[in-house]
Amino acid sequence: MTDDKRSRRSRAADRASTREDGRLSAPGRLQQGEDVPVGDVLTAGLPAEPLAEYAAAHGLRPSAARPPVRSYLRQLWNRWSFIMAFATARNISMYTEAKLGQLWQVLTPLLNAGVYFLIFGLLLKVNRGVPNYLAFLVTGVFVFNFTQRAFISTSTVITSSLPLIRALQFPRAALPLAYVIIELQQMFLSMAVLVVIVLSTGEPITWYWLLTIPALLLQTIFNVGVGLFVARIGSQVNDFSQLLPFLLRTWMYVSGVLFSIAALDVRTHRWIVTLLEINPAALYITLIRNSLLLSQRQSTPGSKPYSARLCQEWRTLGHRVGAPKKYLLDSAHCHYYANPGHFWYFAVGWAVAAIIIGFFFFWRAEAKYGRG
Amino acid sequence: MAKPMVVVDDLHIVYRVYGAGGDRGTAATALLRIMGRKTRGNIREVHAIRGMSFVAYRGDAVGIIGRNGSGKSTLLRAIAGLLPPEQGNVYSTGEASLLGVNAALLEDLTGERNVILGCLAMGMTKQEARDKYQSIVDFSGVGEFIDLPMKTYSSGMGSRLRFAIAASKSHDVLLVDEALATGDAEFRVKSHARIEELRAEAGTVFLVAHNLEEVEATCNRVIWMERGQMVLQGEDVIGIIDKYIEASGGAPVARDPVTRERLGSTPRVHAKA
Repeated sequence: MTDDKRSRRSRAADRASTREDGRLSAPGRLQQGEDVPVGDVLTAGLPAEPLAEYAAAHGLRPSAARPPVRSYLRQLWNRWSFIMAFATARNISMYTEAKLGQLWQVLTPLLNAGVYFLIFGLLLKVNRGVPNYLAFLVTGVFVFNFTQRAFISTSTVITSSLPLIRALQFPRAALPLAYVIIELQQMFLSMAVLVVIVLSTGEPITWYWLLTIPALLLQTIFNVGVGLFVARIGSQVNDFSQLLPFLLRTWMYVSGVLFSIAALDVRTHRWIVTLLEINPAALYITLIRNSLLLSQRQSTPGSKPYSARLCQEWRTLGHRVGAPKKYLLDSAHCHYYANPGHFWYFAVGWAVAAIIIGFFFFWRAEAKYGRG
Repeated sequence: MAKPMVVVDDLHIVYRVYGAGGDRGTAATALLRIMGRKTRGNIREVHAIRGMSFVAYRGDAVGIIGRNGSGKSTLLRAIAGLLPPEQGNVYSTGEASLLGVNAALLEDLTGERNVILGCLAMGMTKQEARDKYQSIVDFSGVGEFIDLPMKTYSSGMGSRLRFAIAASKSHDVLLVDEALATGDAEFRVKSHARIEELRAEAGTVFLVAHNLEEVEATCNRVIWMERGQMVLQGEDVIGIIDKYIEASGGAPVARDPVTRERLGSTPRVHAKA
């Protein structure tokens, strides 16, 4: 090493250590080569050709690039056991601090349903015109809760898993997916509770119950889609988590969790009610209600030939407190808003649209999630 | 010539920090900001890496030294692909795994579940994870605490377990960010041995450490960073570290002959010595 080189090096060293003007950088523009020490020591060992070409020639890829869709999906598939193990572990750890432990998984939905029944069933009496209101309400609360909890937990999944994301390389979509599966596991328990409640209110077991399986499957796919969507939004817009509770509460009130949308008595702007009925949350709730509850299938407007007299009877006599079941079921003779025969198509449509849009939206920011 | 594993090409990284100074952070000032269409008045840009270029080859162990805030950890995160570059690019082969000091996996879960989950997340099958389990636990030395939640671990125990999990698989590029700083003497010996093995398995290791002896003992190359730029780099590990110590106002360290022999540096007379 020549003396010249050595002195140049120590000059660079001195400069770096003595400059104390304290500014990290000028905001808004890139400073290049401002105080890069001159000299071949920094470029020693670098190849002569441009580095980008050199990297490409040796088969290196940009670190922060997202993989193409197909290989991303393949990676995701390969991590399936991770996703399942992660979901199970999270589910178990969620209640480890509580004395009652896993019992809360059953108690939480029960208490939820109890509160709503107390307020809307007993105090406000929104139950008018709805047969078997308790089962109707509890089904609505549980089904909506599945989507609601999926929304809330996935909106923070990226920020709360940042250490994991920064430590290990894996397709990030595994995390929102795992969180939805956690909620699905929770939903299975809720369904068990629901079955007990439904049976205790006098609903019969029928083959229609099997329809809850495709309905739940479609709802899960829908939840994964929106989960991926809100996971990305939540990771980039911090204000989102402040806004989310209001969005969800509004969504719950317009989705017929507490009252029957189909049985609303609206003369003008009927299309608004139609829209409410085919909104995804209302749709999945209705499908599961119709599968589980005979009283719902029998009272669905449009399910029997229109009869102005019977419909009117339901509107008057059926809405009295303690109305006999005969009048409650007469809503079947009213006109429908959205054709119940199309509900399954809408349910499939929402699920497919949500998963495709959600996946692409999430995948496009794949390289940025470690940023935090 | 050895195969390049990481190519850093004129890399610039800019952090955007929200809510940094600017106004008093009250609701009124936030409202004024929105009304006045001064969009995002309180964003501050921090130019953390300012044009770095280098190539790391297969079998390299690269030590990165520099003062706090000089951009060392940012550089590692960029190599790992966690920070999108503002300008320039980082190219790497396969997967780069970052092992940071705060990389607690899942605090609420037991060490045991963390081991299994970590293995699965790295892409192992269930069977592979189960096979590796015992060796990971043994390597970490966590012992009977393995069935306690990880949040009850001391920082040393936590980082040992994390290192053991990450090191159970051979990585193309392993980035170690002060992760060994909290280990005890016995663990340091073990982790050095493991890093050597990883290098031998055709991997490249980057090591950020304030403990310069650690860098000397592990690395065959050093990059000295200051304010997001390179000051010196090269294979003269001892020479560069001495310069760094000198620049920080310390006296050069006396090294044992074994280290000198290994790093192949000749004794030099220092100006300040």
